[in-house]
Amino acid sequence: MKKFDKERVLLAVAGPVMALVAAILLTSVVLLVSGRNPIEPYVIMAEQIGFSDVQVLIVNQASLYYIAALAVALGFRMNLFNIGVDGQYRLAAMVTAVVGAHVALPAALQVPLLLLVAVCTGAFWAGIAGLLKVTRGVSEVVATIMLNSIATALILYLTQKDTWGVQSGNNMTTGEMHPSGWIPGISLGADTGELYGLIFLAVLLGVLYWLVLNRTRFGFDLRASGASPEAAAASGVDAKRMTLTAMLISGGVAGLSGLPLLLGDAHTYGLSFPAGLGFTAIGIALLGRNHPGGIAFAALLWAFLDKASQELDFYDYEKEIATIMQGLIVFAVVISYEVVRVWGLRRQQKRVGEELAAAAASAAGKSVKGDKTEKEVAAR
Amino acid sequence: MTVAVVALAAAGCGESSKSASTGGDKESGKYSGKGIGLAYDIGGEGDQSFNDAAHSGFLKADKDFGIGGKTFEPADGEGDADKVQRLESMAKQGYNPIIGVGFVYAPAIKEVAAKYPDTTFGIIDDASVEAKNVASMVFSEEQASYLAGVAAAKASKSHTVGFIGGVDIPLIHKFGAGFEQGAKAADPKVKVIKKILTSTPQEGGFSSPDKGREAANGQIEQGADVLYHAAGLSGQGVISEAAKNKVWAIGVDSDQYAQDALKEYKDWILGSATKNVGGAVYELAKSVHEGKPLSGTIRGDLKTEGVGFSDTNPKYQAMTEVVEAVNKAKQDIIDAKVTVKTS
Repeated sequence: MKKFDKERVLLAVAGPVMALVAAILLTSVVLLVSGRNPIEPYVIMAEQIGFSDVQVLIVNQASLYYIAALAVALGFRMNLFNIGVDGQYRLAAMVTAVVGAHVALPAALQVPLLLLVAVCTGAFWAGIAGLLKVTRGVSEVVATIMLNSIATALILYLTQKDTWGVQSGNNMTTGEMHPSGWIPGISLGADTGELYGLIFLAVLLGVLYWLVLNRTRFGFDLRASGASPEAAAASGVDAKRMTLTAMLISGGVAGLSGLPLLLGDAHTYGLSFPAGLGFTAIGIALLGRNHPGGIAFAALLWAFLDKASQELDFYDYEKEIATIMQGLIVFAVVISYEVVRVWGLRRQQKRVGEELAAAAASAAGKSVKGDKTEKEVAAR
Repeated sequence: MTVAVVALAAAGCGESSKSASTGGDKESGKYSGKGIGLAYDIGGEGDQSFNDAAHSGFLKADKDFGIGGKTFEPADGEGDADKVQRLESMAKQGYNPIIGVGFVYAPAIKEVAAKYPDTTFGIIDDASVEAKNVASMVFSEEQASYLAGVAAAKASKSHTVGFIGGVDIPLIHKFGAGFEQGAKAADPKVKVIKKILTSTPQEGGFSSPDKGREAANGQIEQGADVLYHAAGLSGQGVISEAAKNKVWAIGVDSDQYAQDALKEYKDWILGSATKNVGGAVYELAKSVHEGKPLSGTIRGDLKTEGVGFSDTNPKYQAMTEVVEAVNKAKQDIIDAKVTVKTS
């Protein structure tokens, strides 16, 4: 194990903290400019943390954010910008819902099957972008954005009545999934609600993410390719294979991100299935600095802003205050990380300079002594 | 990871925000709620159409019997969990009735209504929730759209009319189907151009006037001289583009000729296929206020005047031939001589 490095922790925490403080201050400015109380919204939102039902909502939402952000972070570590997490997530959720509605195996087989379907669908969709990148050199940013739109159209087609769509009232769904594929939640009482059972999948994925990246040859190759493709290539890493593999894994994880909701609560993919998760996840991965712990913190923060802000409507504040904050956090994060990086470099330079100066001074002292011996030797 | 574990452990600590729940006072029959809780669909207040129709009922109820209340906007791309949270908070704080504007509220209403049996819930455009304390308010949009089709075909000189729907969902297909049938019935030679703006609500089919404008422009170029929209806020773009090109537009849900925000273009609003969402909101609020809450499915059609075709534009009234055709079609539907398709 590495030694606990105070300097590294300081630098890692300084960025997000600065970003949060800046975002809160700027949001207060927005509130002041619009003639509102700049403190009260925070108080109202903070109060919400104390309620157990809101806690459940936050943790449930965070589990979706967490998995999706891990998918984004995996790409980031390899310098791949997978903007397509949203399409991969929606398509995977929809296909999983269809499979779950038409296949009825015992739960012990059904659940692994559904997880596998989700992973494969997500990986397949991201893999298209990966293949285009390694064979044709198409930027994964462009490819995944376009694949998002294609996913939307494909989902629409696949949920028509003459394909797999089932109309329920005015809602177009994929029909209810077979109950053997449902994952029971952890009930915390009728007033409090249920935690999604697949929250543990999110935690497990976080652990795996850390282990794979930091404790395996593959993880090392991936990080090396991200940090310096040339150096990685020179040491024998096949860059194309790494790119494709990273895209596939990122997509596979993205495919899982809708499942806590799908298997735990919705049991069908319909018009009201949340969209935009993949984009939110980009901000969360940024704020979490691609670190599994950091992302968990960021996902919970995001979910808190989402859920606690709902209460603002009841106090004549707009819940969009939280949206403004989220936007400002992303801005501030990008800026503050750069500031912290430069600051860290300076500190390092200063420290190295001091160490060098000290070394030089002691070396000078030594050399004085050395001279003397030399002279002595010479004198002999 | 540690954070996640801590969060898991922490969830469930503390009191539930629902512990201090208050329901309506059922026994005395006297209204004791906090007013109407009106939860909007995508597009929100100011769409001059669907949501504003609901809002008008809210305002009228407040004016007539001072019930008061509050309106709530949805967030972009939110899921059922967010809707459940919103409705639960409303129920908890004592709003009664609580009305979900739009069928997307159905799963949320179903869940929350079961937890708050003393509160009356209403849902617009959905009849899938069956509970004693839920009133489902649905409309025969295809009938109003049929009248719009008759009016459009009769008023068209180019024998080409256009339909612009917001999002590719069954509800919007209903508008399109009725419109086409009506137009074809009034003028067998008519060409109906149909365009749906987006495949999902999240892409902004109901909330992007620019998309409406673009689609309207395309249809006008194809020769359409009457455009009917069922696109919520996006419809503003359709109406403004039609007015700019001096062709007719037909509004939807609200009487759009009478909307302030569309005053500039109103000369070119032939009429509107109205859907009395405001009336439904008003009636439900009134019933709750009087202590005899409505429940079950309440369908608004031409017969009950839940849907209709507005004739407030004097220019429309001057076109007697068109007015006659529309009135005859209306009578035919009411007398069940004509059945309008829904898809």
